[in-house]
Amino acid sequence: MSAASPVIERGTAASRIAGFGVAIIILLLALAPQFLSAGAVDRMTALFIYVILAAMWNALAGFGGLVSVGQQVFFGLGAYFAIRLANAGLNPFVSLFVSAVIVGAVSWPISLFMLRLRNGEFAIGMWVIAALTHLLVNLDRLIQGETGTSLISLNVYDASTRRLTIYWLALASMTALLAVLFGLLRGSTGAAIRAIRDNEDAAASIGVRVTGTKRLLFVLAAFGIGVAGALWLATAITFQPKTYFSVQWTAYMIFMVLVGGIGTFEGAILGALLFFLIETWFGGTGVWYLIGLGATALVFSLLLPRGLWGTLEERFGWRLLSVGYRVRLPVNASDTTGGTASPAQVTTSREKA
Amino acid sequence: MSLLSVEDLVVRHGLLQAVRGVSFGIERGETLALVGANGAGKTTLLRAIAGAHQAASGRVVFDGADLSGVPSHERVRKGIALVPEGRRLFVQMTVEENLLLGRAAGRPGDWSVERVLETFPNLKLRRHAKAGHLSGGEQQATAIGRALMSNPDLLLLDEVSLGLSPLVVDRVYASLQGLISSGTTIILVEQDLNRALSVSNKVICMLEGRVALAGDSKNVSRDEVTKAYFGLHRKGAGGVPA
Amino acid sequence: MMNQIVQGILLGGYYALIACGLSFMFSVMRIINLAHGSLAVLSAFALWLLASRFHISPFLGLAIVLPLMAVIGWALQRFLLERSARGGALLPILTTFGLAIVIDNVLFEQFGADTRSLAPFIGSLSYDSWEWPGSIYVGKLAVIIFVTAVVLLGGLQLFLTRTGLGRSIRATSEDPDTAGLVGVDARRANALAAAIAMVTVGLAGAFLGMRATFDPYAGATQLLFAFEAAVIGGAGSLWGTLVGGIVLALAQTLGAKVHPQGFLIGGHVAFLIVLFIRLYTSGLGLRGLLRFSTGKVS
Repeated sequence: MSAASPVIERGTAASRIAGFGVAIIILLLALAPQFLSAGAVDRMTALFIYVILAAMWNALAGFGGLVSVGQQVFFGLGAYFAIRLANAGLNPFVSLFVSAVIVGAVSWPISLFMLRLRNGEFAIGMWVIAALTHLLVNLDRLIQGETGTSLISLNVYDASTRRLTIYWLALASMTALLAVLFGLLRGSTGAAIRAIRDNEDAAASIGVRVTGTKRLLFVLAAFGIGVAGALWLATAITFQPKTYFSVQWTAYMIFMVLVGGIGTFEGAILGALLFFLIETWFGGTGVWYLIGLGATALVFSLLLPRGLWGTLEERFGWRLLSVGYRVRLPVNASDTTGGTASPAQVTTSREKA
Repeated sequence: MSLLSVEDLVVRHGLLQAVRGVSFGIERGETLALVGANGAGKTTLLRAIAGAHQAASGRVVFDGADLSGVPSHERVRKGIALVPEGRRLFVQMTVEENLLLGRAAGRPGDWSVERVLETFPNLKLRRHAKAGHLSGGEQQATAIGRALMSNPDLLLLDEVSLGLSPLVVDRVYASLQGLISSGTTIILVEQDLNRALSVSNKVICMLEGRVALAGDSKNVSRDEVTKAYFGLHRKGAGGVPA
Repeated sequence: MMNQIVQGILLGGYYALIACGLSFMFSVMRIINLAHGSLAVLSAFALWLLASRFHISPFLGLAIVLPLMAVIGWALQRFLLERSARGGALLPILTTFGLAIVIDNVLFEQFGADTRSLAPFIGSLSYDSWEWPGSIYVGKLAVIIFVTAVVLLGGLQLFLTRTGLGRSIRATSEDPDTAGLVGVDARRANALAAAIAMVTVGLAGAFLGMRATFDPYAGATQLLFAFEAAVIGGAGSLWGTLVGGIVLALAQTLGAKVHPQGFLIGGHVAFLIVLFIRLYTSGLGLRGLLRFSTGKVS
């Protein structure tokens, strides 16, 4: 055996540069409305909401191993509670966030129950929860069934104040949620999350708190998606249960994460950007656009399950926002027995992000 | 021509090489005992012959045909049957159903449920019992019977005595004697050196994934095998027989 | 009241029909096919197309559509599920979800948003009924559906226990690696199981179209019904599916009695209650809520 020992690194020069880059991008985005048209500001707001949705679904599925097709329940509830709170006299902007906190609180008892389900059973079980919640919200007299209602109290603000406030709120929410997720993945919980992602049973056997960690991700995702739903309501003003509790939202989340790269922090953001562009270009084609989204998700899950970012990362060893450690094995440190393992395999430095 | 010849076979589990360049052959009607310490690669070698593991390099040639890339169920059709370590019965199915599954490959031959029950009389009363409810000896008999139901030309037996009481092992080996004398070609992995040498006519001792010693069971001394077993004459023997 | 219970039980036959393919596939391949409901709707549209365009009665149309569904099932397994299942347990969920979106929207593109029904093409069968003692009227169609479900479940049970192919499928579902080692072609067994499951889906789609209306996006609801019935009845055997279907239908009937909007809510709530009880009493954890023993009922 060679005496050379592996080198353990945390991040790379590139990832440090990326850190500064992120700060500058956020700053530029904060100033951007000065230079953008009203329509462009609205579109950017939508993009921020997509990033939140993708990052939250990725937290749940990519890191927690929990694929849910019922996340629209939290999107819908985020909007619904905001309507309710505003109707009770709370400032509409404040009610957006109080609403999300309530969504997070509601998700906790749901998690007690649903996290005992596995894989496909969890996925579709969440869908049942979403369908049931949708029906129950319809019963609320304020909502008037599928007719829906509006966040009327927002109308006291003039259009441009409203637009800018929502833009900044969306940007701040996105930044904060991404930061929380990043911190979570980089901190001690991150090690547990990666262990669970790689092998749940093994993680449990070495004392990782599997259920506790999954619950944390579940509640975080519910809260984040609740924020997204409330923000969407703020931009759209009208609330129709059918729109907000539609499984289409989950389809978007899945598309973004699958295409971007499931289980990679950067991948979800990339996926949201791509989805945003595709929607901008092809959203007008109606049903063909939806067929295209489904087919793309299908093709990615079959042919490129690691998504674009995951594939690039694997091939080139890229990482920008480093959430893990990586171990560089020195060349010829192993394989003294003259096997056929190629040098490429030995020197592969894979980050478990 | 050998019924089976293994040529420079390498099998990996991930990055770990479990079998590192093994070559040997076996003729029709022979019984080959594979011995060696735990982790020597015997089970992996047997499973690679049966098609449960793919070879990283080298080949397995059976009855003149290269088996590279042939899936396990096709190998059963060609006449290789494995009795896996730990029996691996279908525990939710009855003894009879387990046996009938052995026929899935559709090879013609003499073996039938009745004949298996004749060979292993302890199964007669258990015919309709769930395999999960059987004793260890009964499970082993069912597993061997299931392999025989495919009318194999080559029977691979992996640790058939594992976890059985000595008395039961005697009974299992007594029925194996019958198979051997009827001309079935057998490769067996066995921890018990004495038993392995007594039923076989050829022996291969494996060490760290390689052949440490190969010879006729009658001619090799127990001492030699023991040494090979623990790797004591690794350098001198050079490992690979002709 | 008695009348509603009888109707509920008969409706349960339909749910059993749509559920049995889902739980059958899950038992064999450990995959929940999220495109299950969409495929049933696809079958209904195919029959509608045959009936409205070519004047082929939906019952005759089954002779064309069911073999087609079998081929779809076989191809689904071979080209999509087999491949994605190799990437772990989560990938097939995403693959089949993507497929569901594609099917739903292609149907929408082809047939538009209108709701359709096969009822106009089956003559008086859609409204004929028998009068049972106690002035209970039972629809002939409902009885036909129920009887079909019972016959199908029974036939499936016999197939699995009495035939070599059935045994191969059961062996594959228990331990695919060992099945290969005893000579079972596990890929073929899985593809066959998928084909059978899709035939049951096709049949369910036909009855969906005959007894009610459907539109391109009706698949999701059917998937949820199938899942709920399968989980409620799940643990025992194929017959559990029938029990699950009946319980689901009765809960919906009860829900509708409590509140005009309560039909679906009743079903969802019953599902959650049963789930709750099973989660907290079995202590089994939940490796395979849906999994039924394909063996003989003992």
